[in-house]
Amino acid sequence: MAAPVQDMRPCLHRRLAVIGCAVLLCVMGIAASLAAPTFPALTGRIVDQAGIMDEQTKAAIEPKLQTLEVKSGIQFVVATIKSLEGGDIETYANQLFRAWKLGEAKNNNGVLLIVAPNERKLRIEVGYGLEGTLTDALSKIVIANAIAPRFKAGDFGGGVARGVDDVITILTTDASEWAKRPQIRAEDNSSQLDPAVIFIAIFLLIFVISMMNRNGGAQSGRWVQRGKKRVFIPNSTVSASKGYWTGGSSSSGWSSGSSSGGSWGGGSSSGGFSGGGGSSGGGGASGDW
Amino acid sequence: MSMTMNSTAATSVPMLKRLRNLAAVACVALGLSGCGYNNIPTLEETAKAKWGEVQNQYQRRADLIPNLVATVQGYAKQEKEVLIAVIEARAKATSMRIDASQLTDPDKLKQFQDAQNQLSGALGRLLVVSENYPDLKSNQNFLALQSQLEGTENRISVSRRDYIEAVRVYNTELKTFPGLLWAATFFRGNKPMAEFTATEGASTPPAVKF
Repeated sequence: MAAPVQDMRPCLHRRLAVIGCAVLLCVMGIAASLAAPTFPALTGRIVDQAGIMDEQTKAAIEPKLQTLEVKSGIQFVVATIKSLEGGDIETYANQLFRAWKLGEAKNNNGVLLIVAPNERKLRIEVGYGLEGTLTDALSKIVIANAIAPRFKAGDFGGGVARGVDDVITILTTDASEWAKRPQIRAEDNSSQLDPAVIFIAIFLLIFVISMMNRNGGAQSGRWVQRGKKRVFIPNSTVSASKGYWTGGSSSSGWSSGSSSGGSWGGGSSSGGFSGGGGSSGGGGASGDW
Repeated sequence: MSMTMNSTAATSVPMLKRLRNLAAVACVALGLSGCGYNNIPTLEETAKAKWGEVQNQYQRRADLIPNLVATVQGYAKQEKEVLIAVIEARAKATSMRIDASQLTDPDKLKQFQDAQNQLSGALGRLLVVSENYPDLKSNQNFLALQSQLEGTENRISVSRRDYIEAVRVYNTELKTFPGLLWAATFFRGNKPMAEFTATEGASTPPAVKF
């Protein structure tokens, strides 16, 4: 027992080094990907950085987006961007989607409608989990039929509103999918076990068993000094094993294990607005006007 | 943990010894993972998974092509040359598959990339040619295929970007401290993976106008 503990001490230094390296790597990674542009903060379901939508339209769209998320867990965000900073909208949309982590981490069910009025480009970026429902072809149709013509006429609010309506229709009209989804989510959450929790539980178990053994032994046996060794002599094997098991069932270790289980899963956000950890692999479609 | 040690040290029941060994193993495992022992295999698996995604997306593109060719053929039979070029390039590209264990071989990767680039070029020509056929251009099936193709090209570039990033992180781990130590001892077999160079034809999807 003593050996591994001693081993771990120099490891502390190394661990610090690892953390240092990790931080350094992160910084380097950020620096490298900061060829990637700067993104606006995710302040709500509508992030109107370019300022092309009037308050009335926003107020009309926002509840629809919220209802969609409450009902289906799908996180649908509308963003208008001042500048793509020289990049193409596909790359920008994908990076922004990943930076905001739209949709639930398990289901990747996020959608991002992004408009860059200065470059006259727009895109619907679809999370991995919705690629089968909101396909590239359907996204293209929404852009070409519902959004682009209104943008051409200068009606940004109307175009976005109509686009949002159409996307929500596509996402919700497939009745079977719609009905299935909440169930799938519930199952996913219950079967989700954090490895760290399992590890802690195993340690707890070992600890509890060893404690039990000691207590049970003290009740049904005695310690005897034999030469230099201290030896344990049980009264009888039957009573010793009995003491062991009753000790196990009355121990509080089990109940604490199950109470820590209460915190498993989760992942959906509460309070304020933030992404749920979803990702996108470039699904959706782009367009211009 | 220290309480466990005190309680176990006082006894000599064999089961406790076994438990103690178990705990020791767990401690060593924890210590090793704390020192970054797991990083190399983890990052390697990540990069391999990303490669799988790259290959999936190329396969997805290949799967779209027969339908696309059939649609174009219905309207533009005389463009035989272009159509045949696409079919041949597709056959060549789909015959090239790279196993995750071959990712350390830059030549293999280059061959794969060349084959896919050739297909990209052939597809680009097909789409340019189809511009000349108004009936084809307004065909719903063709429009749907085009947007799917466009979406797939975008997915390819996203998955390629992800793979390149994963390889960069993995290769960096092999060459920097403390991964360097593990690479020199336990993971001698682990070679850096080949970079996937971004080339013209592949990184820019064929322009599709509507």
